[in-house]
Amino acid sequence: MRTDAIFIGIQVDDAVAGDAELAKRLDEACPVDIYDGSEGVVRIRRENVDECVLCRLCLDASPAETVKVIKLYDGDAVLT
Amino acid sequence: MRFFEYEAREIVKRAGIPVTTFGFATTPEEARRAAEEIGGPVVIKSQVLTGGRMKAGGVQFADTPEEAAEKAGPVLELVINGQEPRGVLVDTKAEVEQEYYAGVVWDGIRKQPVILFSDMGGIDIEEVAEQHPDHVGRQHFSNILPLSEFQAKQVVAAVGVTGPALNKLVPIIKRLAQMFVDNDLTLCEINPLGRMADGSFVALDAHMDMENEARARHKALLEELGVGDDETREAREPTAFELAGEAVDNASHRGVAGNVTEFDGNIGLVIGAGGGSLTLFDAVRKYGGKPANYCEIGGNPSVEKACGLAKLVLQKPGVEKIAVMMSIVSNTRVDIVARGVIKACLELDMDPAEKIAIFRIPGAWEDEGFKILKKYGVEYADRSVSMHEAAERAVEKIGGRAA
Repeated sequence: MRTDAIFIGIQVDDAVAGDAELAKRLDEACPVDIYDGSEGVVRIRRENVDECVLCRLCLDASPAETVKVIKLYDGDAVLT
Repeated sequence: MRFFEYEAREIVKRAGIPVTTFGFATTPEEARRAAEEIGGPVVIKSQVLTGGRMKAGGVQFADTPEEAAEKAGPVLELVINGQEPRGVLVDTKAEVEQEYYAGVVWDGIRKQPVILFSDMGGIDIEEVAEQHPDHVGRQHFSNILPLSEFQAKQVVAAVGVTGPALNKLVPIIKRLAQMFVDNDLTLCEINPLGRMADGSFVALDAHMDMENEARARHKALLEELGVGDDETREAREPTAFELAGEAVDNASHRGVAGNVTEFDGNIGLVIGAGGGSLTLFDAVRKYGGKPANYCEIGGNPSVEKACGLAKLVLQKPGVEKIAVMMSIVSNTRVDIVARGVIKACLELDMDPAEKIAIFRIPGAWEDEGFKILKKYGVEYADRSVSMHEAAERAVEKIGGRAA
């Protein structure tokens, strides 16, 4: 699952997108409400994606390589 | 924050400056009672926060309390420059031998109050200063130390007042200066200050503005005067553009997009960072630019807020380009503001490279910000370019010095 806005793209591995626990963690971790875990699956609020502050909290809250934050303005560089 | 005349007169009175006997009325009956207490011919003045009262019919004269009630009725109903009166001031009709002007205003360049005195009162001091500069005395003074007697004498004597009149005016000038400082005023004017037949001086009208930020320090005074916390008391009603600016600010809790003020120029400003807004606005004007607006964005705004403000400015009729400038930011992020202003251009189907004359915000996350600006071809500058240089470049980009 990948959602792109103008400046930022968010990619969540389909294998973990249905994980209710991960959805909840991402929802709680993101300071700018990009993730919505209220329905037990990882959903991305497209309208908030460009608000991403590159804080990496979603990366810390998820298994390695399952969530990617992509800087569309920087040659699709992946936040590490 | 501007005071109504009846409030300003009360402050003048409390400062120990002689005033004529006056009353405030919100009904014809109250006006009648006030005139009865004064006991003689009175002037009825509409209490609005705008000029042009006399011309609009908002100032009437009455010889008896009954006539005062009769005249007060229509004045209480009269809308002047879109403002409904708060009430009427019922004032003694004084027989004046000569009218003077005494005022204090904050000099933002010297960062000191300046006291002004003229022997040509009753008309705008600006007009006197322009046409009869030798009739205006000026004296800067400290806002920490009290105005000295010598300084007060100097400003009055500058227009040729001597003898007993000088001696009587000195304490009034000293009290006026102290009143200005004590009440955190940015402007106070007594115009006219009348010299009566017996040689005494009386304040016949007063105008006053208090520094908005100081309102909390004068809560007791404001409560006594009946000034509500929610009364903004601006000199004019906000424009639709300014209200839209407020809406942008209120739409997101993150950061600030405040004090959006409309002007009629062609260069839109998205500016901020403490005193940076004022410096940048002045710099644009210094290089001949005509700002379309003023604003203060900062406090780590969201992309949404930066975008909303930029959209508002970009869509303002007459705006050719916008300049996005701040001093040096720490809590506000360069990349977030860059995203906001570019997003605004894209959503309005405008080319960011064309519409953003310059982006000069150095500071937090500038490397990320500059990557974004580079991608969209926007001219940007780091801290090696001064705010003045950036303003000059922006003005040059929209066709050099404005007419």
